[in-house]
Amino acid sequence: MSNITPSAARLALRTCSRRPSACSALRARPQIFATAGQCASGRRTYVSKTESHQATVNVETAIKADQKAFLNQTGLQPGNAQMPTTGMSGDAMMSPTAGILKQATIMDEGARPIYLDMQATTPMDPRVLDAMLPFMTGLYGNPHSRTHAYGWETDKAVEQARKHVADLIGADPKEIIFTSGATESNNMSIKGVARFFKRSGKKNHVITCQTEHKCVLDSCRHLQDEGFEVTYLPVKSDGLIDMKELEEAIRPETILVSIMAVNNEIGVVQPIEEIGQLCRKKKVFYHTDGAQAAGKIPMDVNKMNIDLMSLTAHKIYGPMGIGACYVRRRPRVRLDPIISGGGQERGLRSGTLAPPLVIGFGEAARIAMEEMPYDTKRIKMLSDRLLNGLLALDHTSQNGAADRHYPGCVNVSFAYVEGESLLMALKDIALSSGSACTSASLEPSYVLRALGNSDESAHSSIRFGIGRFTTEEEIDYVLKAVSERVTFLRELSPLWEMVQEGIDLKSIEWAQH
Amino acid sequence: MALSLSKGDASFQARSLYRSLLRQANQFAAYNFREYARRRTRDAFREHHNESDDRAVQELLQKGLKELQVLKVRPNTPRGIETDRPPEDGKLADNRGQRQTVISQFFQLERLVVEGGKTGKQTGEEGDIVRQKDQGWD
Repeated sequence: MSNITPSAARLALRTCSRRPSACSALRARPQIFATAGQCASGRRTYVSKTESHQATVNVETAIKADQKAFLNQTGLQPGNAQMPTTGMSGDAMMSPTAGILKQATIMDEGARPIYLDMQATTPMDPRVLDAMLPFMTGLYGNPHSRTHAYGWETDKAVEQARKHVADLIGADPKEIIFTSGATESNNMSIKGVARFFKRSGKKNHVITCQTEHKCVLDSCRHLQDEGFEVTYLPVKSDGLIDMKELEEAIRPETILVSIMAVNNEIGVVQPIEEIGQLCRKKKVFYHTDGAQAAGKIPMDVNKMNIDLMSLTAHKIYGPMGIGACYVRRRPRVRLDPIISGGGQERGLRSGTLAPPLVIGFGEAARIAMEEMPYDTKRIKMLSDRLLNGLLALDHTSQNGAADRHYPGCVNVSFAYVEGESLLMALKDIALSSGSACTSASLEPSYVLRALGNSDESAHSSIRFGIGRFTTEEEIDYVLKAVSERVTFLRELSPLWEMVQEGIDLKSIEWAQH
Repeated sequence: MALSLSKGDASFQARSLYRSLLRQANQFAAYNFREYARRRTRDAFREHHNESDDRAVQELLQKGLKELQVLKVRPNTPRGIETDRPPEDGKLADNRGQRQTVISQFFQLERLVVEGGKTGKQTGEEGDIVRQKDQGWD
């Protein structure tokens, strides 16, 4: 049957092409098609029906059908899928050994590590991406263009985002300067203020703290080269600064105090409000690195007397590559811009803004503000669960003050285990022993050293970051994995054996080598 | 009880919205987003389940609808809810993507180690399904 139809059609076509005038003869010979095609309807005798709806593709239904097929596939669990020609399930195919063993063992889990490094960066919230996408596709105007609608619409959205960011920290939208990230904001604030006031007179002293982020410390180091004096305040063993020491360190020629709000490695929350009051009293500018704090703990620049503050989007579920600097207007903080050019952003940071990123930042700030009570409650719950589980292990201790502590950052020392080897053993969990910038080196963290921890203790510390998207199952998995592998690594260690025998490790005199 | 629920009834609307949100949340390919969307929906509805003020209920419903729009390809409004709210920003609102679950499915990665495939439980005990790919040592 199927062979007859095309040949009959071909025949018909041939007749047609040879004798166009005889086309009508075709219609007069329905018996060909009766034998050949056996048209199901039997109504028409054309080779194929040509109606307008067959010639046009209905985009909507086509997309819908595509999507349906796609969803059917994506929802398919490997266990339920049968691989063509083999008769084996997808589960067995995912693991070659399982195929050999004829499904005797089946891989049950995925292989992607759990993400628990929320201090390094956070996954971007789908709601943020949703706000950004229009500005990556259709609305591509330059927000600084004042002459056409493309510019206006982008500008409007950017200003709205600025307002959301300002609301997050209780500032005025005009006080928010968008930058490329917290590092740029820190550089801009510290170098900018110091350089501006150096020009005008005698002020040449900056105070910061030993546990600051590298970019603050490095900016200060740079200022030292330019002839400034810098005091690096020590911290107490719980990671907090001593207010008395700070007060003593402030001199008449001090320009700026820079102390971060939440530490990125140990999660301690510095007494920002007290520092702000003190600085206001002594008429010194106060800069705080709020990258880890904004959107996670309530911040209010007016209540806390903060004059400059660095923010970043990618720690609050926003996109990477965008940050902001809060620069107070009343009383006015003057700074020397690092980047000069077209005078955008009050002339403090020239250069075209990146509207999609800015809008993503704004949306992330809005969501962070809205969800703060819910997120805080949940992160606290997960953090307590993790911390209690980890501290239940032998010889573990938490780094940093337990009572003044942002719960999303849990830093724990596992004695007699090398932190880096534990990280290697915990390949199914994405963790870090310190900040991402220093994770390439094997040096112990300078923050933990500043707390007065020994080298061994600093080496054996791991930071767990909990965020909005962390689940209970992940925490349970981590607890189980950590306790198993810590025990395993300790079993390998001769030191652990000695500890078990009750030998004090400090009493041993190691041979020189 | 079920008889007294009419289409315009706020509790009917809320239930309908709740179901749509949960159903849509399940479509996220990424484990963390999927779990979050489900949890957040559940918790938000639980938190306000005693809400009796009509105005507040309507506001919450509108908020939920907006969240649904973000998740979904098209705001295929659940039965009984009329969306006569004006788009708040003209063109902007129309251009909103509203397809985050689909986008999530475009860029699927391997599953996380916590995602149970077949049984949904962690394994490795005797007689259980074991992990074939060891993460820790390679």
